[in-house]
Amino acid sequence: MTMQSTSSQFWLTRPFGERATQLFLGVLLSALVLVTVLHLAVPQGHPLHVNAYTVNLFGKYLSYALLAVAVDLVWGYLGILSLGHGAFFAIGGYAMGMYLMRQIGDRGTYGHPVLPDFMVFLNWDSLPWYWHGFDMAWFAFAMVLLAPGMLALVFGFLAFRSRVTGVYLSIITQALTFALMLAFFRNEMGFGGNNGLTDFRELLGFNLRSDATRLGLFIATGVALALGYILCRAIVTSKLGRVCVATRDAEARTRFIGYRVERFQLFVFVVSAMLAGLAGALYVPQVGIINPSEFSPLFSIEIVLWVALGGRATLYGAVIGAILVNYAKTIFTGIMPDAWLFALGALFVLVTVLLPKGVAGLLGHLKRRKEEDHPPKEATA
Amino acid sequence: MRRFLSLGLLCLMLLGTALTAQAQSSSSTPDDQAALALLTALDVDSYRDKGDAITAILQSDDERARDWLQALLDGRLQRTDDGRFVLVLDNRGRDWPVADALTNEPLGDMSRRDLDRIGINNALRNQLRSAIAVVDLYSPNVERRRTSADRLLGEVDGELAETLAPVIADAEDEYVRTRLAQAVAIYRAEQGDMAGVEALTGSLHPRARVALGRAANSDDAVVADAATAALAGIEQQLKINRGLETLYFGLSLGSVLVLAAIGLAITFGVMGVINMAHGELMMLGAYTTWMMQQLLPGQPGLALILSIPAGFMVAALVGIAIERGVIQFLKGRPLETLLATFGISLILQQLVRTVISPLNRTVVTPEWMSGSLVINDALSLTLNRMYVLGFALVVFAALMLIMRRTRLGLEVRAVTQNRAMARSMGIRATRVDIMTFALGSGVAGLAGVALSQLTNVGPNLGQNYIIDSFMVVVFGGVGNLWGTLVAGLSLGVINQVLEPWAGAVLAKIIVLVFIILFIQKRPRGLFPQKGRAAEG
Amino acid sequence: MSLLQSLKARDRVFDFMATQSSPVDVRHGPILYMEDVTVSFDGFKAINNLNLTIDDGELRCIIGPNGAGKTTMMDIITGKTRPTEGSVWFGSRHNLLQMNEPDIASLGIGRKFQKPTVFEALSVFENLELAMAADKRIFPTLTARMTGEIKDRIDDVLETIGLTELRFQPAGILSHGQKQWLEIGMLLMQRPRLLLVDEPVAGMTEQEMERTAELLTGLAGKQSVVVVEHDMGFVRSIARKVTVLHQGSVLAEGSMDQVSNDPKVVEVYLGSDEEESA
Repeated sequence: MTMQSTSSQFWLTRPFGERATQLFLGVLLSALVLVTVLHLAVPQGHPLHVNAYTVNLFGKYLSYALLAVAVDLVWGYLGILSLGHGAFFAIGGYAMGMYLMRQIGDRGTYGHPVLPDFMVFLNWDSLPWYWHGFDMAWFAFAMVLLAPGMLALVFGFLAFRSRVTGVYLSIITQALTFALMLAFFRNEMGFGGNNGLTDFRELLGFNLRSDATRLGLFIATGVALALGYILCRAIVTSKLGRVCVATRDAEARTRFIGYRVERFQLFVFVVSAMLAGLAGALYVPQVGIINPSEFSPLFSIEIVLWVALGGRATLYGAVIGAILVNYAKTIFTGIMPDAWLFALGALFVLVTVLLPKGVAGLLGHLKRRKEEDHPPKEATA
Repeated sequence: MRRFLSLGLLCLMLLGTALTAQAQSSSSTPDDQAALALLTALDVDSYRDKGDAITAILQSDDERARDWLQALLDGRLQRTDDGRFVLVLDNRGRDWPVADALTNEPLGDMSRRDLDRIGINNALRNQLRSAIAVVDLYSPNVERRRTSADRLLGEVDGELAETLAPVIADAEDEYVRTRLAQAVAIYRAEQGDMAGVEALTGSLHPRARVALGRAANSDDAVVADAATAALAGIEQQLKINRGLETLYFGLSLGSVLVLAAIGLAITFGVMGVINMAHGELMMLGAYTTWMMQQLLPGQPGLALILSIPAGFMVAALVGIAIERGVIQFLKGRPLETLLATFGISLILQQLVRTVISPLNRTVVTPEWMSGSLVINDALSLTLNRMYVLGFALVVFAALMLIMRRTRLGLEVRAVTQNRAMARSMGIRATRVDIMTFALGSGVAGLAGVALSQLTNVGPNLGQNYIIDSFMVVVFGGVGNLWGTLVAGLSLGVINQVLEPWAGAVLAKIIVLVFIILFIQKRPRGLFPQKGRAAEG
Repeated sequence: MSLLQSLKARDRVFDFMATQSSPVDVRHGPILYMEDVTVSFDGFKAINNLNLTIDDGELRCIIGPNGAGKTTMMDIITGKTRPTEGSVWFGSRHNLLQMNEPDIASLGIGRKFQKPTVFEALSVFENLELAMAADKRIFPTLTARMTGEIKDRIDDVLETIGLTELRFQPAGILSHGQKQWLEIGMLLMQRPRLLLVDEPVAGMTEQEMERTAELLTGLAGKQSVVVVEHDMGFVRSIARKVTVLHQGSVLAEGSMDQVSNDPKVVEVYLGSDEEESA
């Protein structure tokens, strides 16, 4: 937690002045550049070559990282444990998926120029009203942010207004994502049922199967992560961020000072939902499919684990946690798929009991130990 | 078809008198040649000829006729390569034990490849069923007579109606009598006969409705009106019965929810602990039942009874392990407890998947629990649900007793309301925590035992009920037993009421949304608990 | 007052014209004026014909046994409870009985509760920054910048409450007494005209009590301060005028010496002791 307090800078550029942010952005950008170079410049067959599949995988990790940052914003700084953020991720993903489906045009199995294959299969004769507009990129991209945002707005409004907090709220978010999962599984909803939306061809004219597009998406996700990080950091270091922390620790007191706490909670919740939607939208073209399992309650709880492992209320911790856990998952499911759930479950238990501040906390602890041994110069005012 | 039935009935009346006069022994030895001829007549290609052959068998006074007809219906009447007719005793597997059709002498096992089945089609199937029903009307076994009376509904024609009249008069069993009378009335009503229509008033059997439907179209206005009125009355009755059935199913589902949620309400209320592994504790209870049945093969009833304490113990012990191993380190941090117990639920699920099997396990329902209680033609209540409902109420009552009357219950209530005060009075709060958790977990185990009788037992069983259990607790008010009871039962009924109208999935969604909205108005549930509430 | 009276009173603005943002009128002296206030809960009178006047800039101590109605009185002033009878005026213009809690707070009446709640994860400086009277809507809060002016104000308050050296430390590490001062500081950031302070020295050390006494006496003048306290030593050290409450109404008023020698007060406070020693 910074003791610096609000500085006199413009709020959005404030994060650039922080050492931690500079370090993070530096690492992120170098990673992006490194991967690009190793993919393009290094020939195939060379041990350091990064093939398109790996680029794709990293892109996926980065979108998860953005999702984790969104959850940390709302959990670490506002104290709201949302166990249903996967829903926002999935909705953003579906918005993108709908755009991509429309892009298929008449190249689908049934060759219908307007209706996606699964609708032809269900004998529908026209596009449902909520699919209209998704052939236009700007509309779809707007919906990527607006759809989860609106859901968060409605849900948050109802929840925060009646002062539902703590464990009750967490359970309700689980119920929300569970209900959505059940809903999206139904064919009648018009979102592809349990098969979801898939078989995408192009995004903005770029062929999704080509290596160049994959690289492009990877970089785009990295950039989105950077921007999302900066936005969250800007919010957190602003006065509003401090109101959030105050709300997290002593809600009644904050209200007493004169802040309309529900509005602040709602604001941050909606921003977080939009970031999650953005993450979902970047995720979908990279994995090539979106289906209702992204709504599953288990997935939403996993996200929380990433943040918990990485260290909440640090933002960069969320990124670390997301990448670490998903990397471990990739390895485990490759070698010992049965053991993965054991490992995941054990991680939950160990992190909460032994490592409540996560990896970031560990790093901070080490740093402080180092400082004790070598005291730094006088702290600046 | 009806013609031959009445003919057959005539003949059988004679046979029947003979049979009832003598004891049921094979004292009458029919001519084996004639019998063989009867059976040979079945082994033809034309189905119509087969039909005639069946009629002939029916008209014969051969006492084995019923067995043959039944075997033919089951596909167990077969012919060997050397022309002998056999009855297959057990048609599972590749080698079948068979017996001679004429002498009933067992002939050992034969390969199915050496046997030729006498085939039938659907029309013949109907014919056979009716024929057997008619034969059974004279069976000394009252169950058989009842079943055959049931089967005759809608199969009666003019001649059969007449011949049935004395049968009805002589029938000793009331059920048989009423049923046969109904069967005759159905025929009459379809003919447009007023007496028949009147006799069918209030009958809930679907066939009666068909008959009345036809009568309503009759040219005779008086009859048509009477039939329409009768139909309206029956519709009313049906609605009531359907409502009762929905209520029953709702209460049954609700009782399961209550069992599932009540352990959670206790741990949540007393300790403020959200146990995400609660579903898995239920799963363990269900698996314990399965295990018991494996240990006591052939005695599913006894295994089930023993599973009740066993399931409780297993789940309670696992619960204690969870409490001591994990939860005690997370005191005062409900969100962390939620996450940690979630991890435990994953571990437990995976454990069962790897150690036992990822597939569902079969748990057998003992005989005294299978079947149903038939109230009337439109309403029959399955027995297993009734037992589960009763079980849930018993468990609830037991818990209330423990909470209200025992020392443990008193201590639990004290700790819930004011932990510090309770401790300063000498109550060992940690011990109470452990006991409470064990109790809550044990009840989850009991829920699992009950569930094993209603649904598939698999590693995912817990997942299906955890969200619902939480909804019940949230709706009913944390830590309050009555709240859980009311909430669970009402949610079950609401769900059942919505289901036929909206479909199972949509019903679930509506219920969830309803609860989310309900929480707006009453964030603490129906019956909020004063004292230690789970603030975040 | 009735329409006729309000027409005839030339020294007052019509009620409906006295908006909340109009300044507090203290030309006639009192900043708080409570007249014949009665609060009755189902027949039980928590406040019984209470008459209290606080002058602008005064430091007044309210004492009294438990159940005397001190907290209820404060609740009435801040708008948390409405009296069944009586009137409460802030300055001569603002009728507190017609205003709701948030409006009364923004009018300049600040209340400090007994148990200090500060934001432990934030620094002392940040605590004060948050409490500052400012536009508290979302976007202004998000884009708020630290200006020199704001910094100066916070530094001023820091000096007043004596926490300048600790300003960048997290509030969680403060001692109990320091937290109380921080809370007073947070109140001060709202630029209150009237401070209601409820048992400020409960749990403090001797030195902390001294500092608190200095702080409160220093505040009087620019602000009016009403202190409710039990600790007689502390009251003696700060009070010029003391009001004794008993069973919902004023029992005695005057300097500390006058009041402690008043036989009615002695009986109420010490009467039970005499019985016990008998």
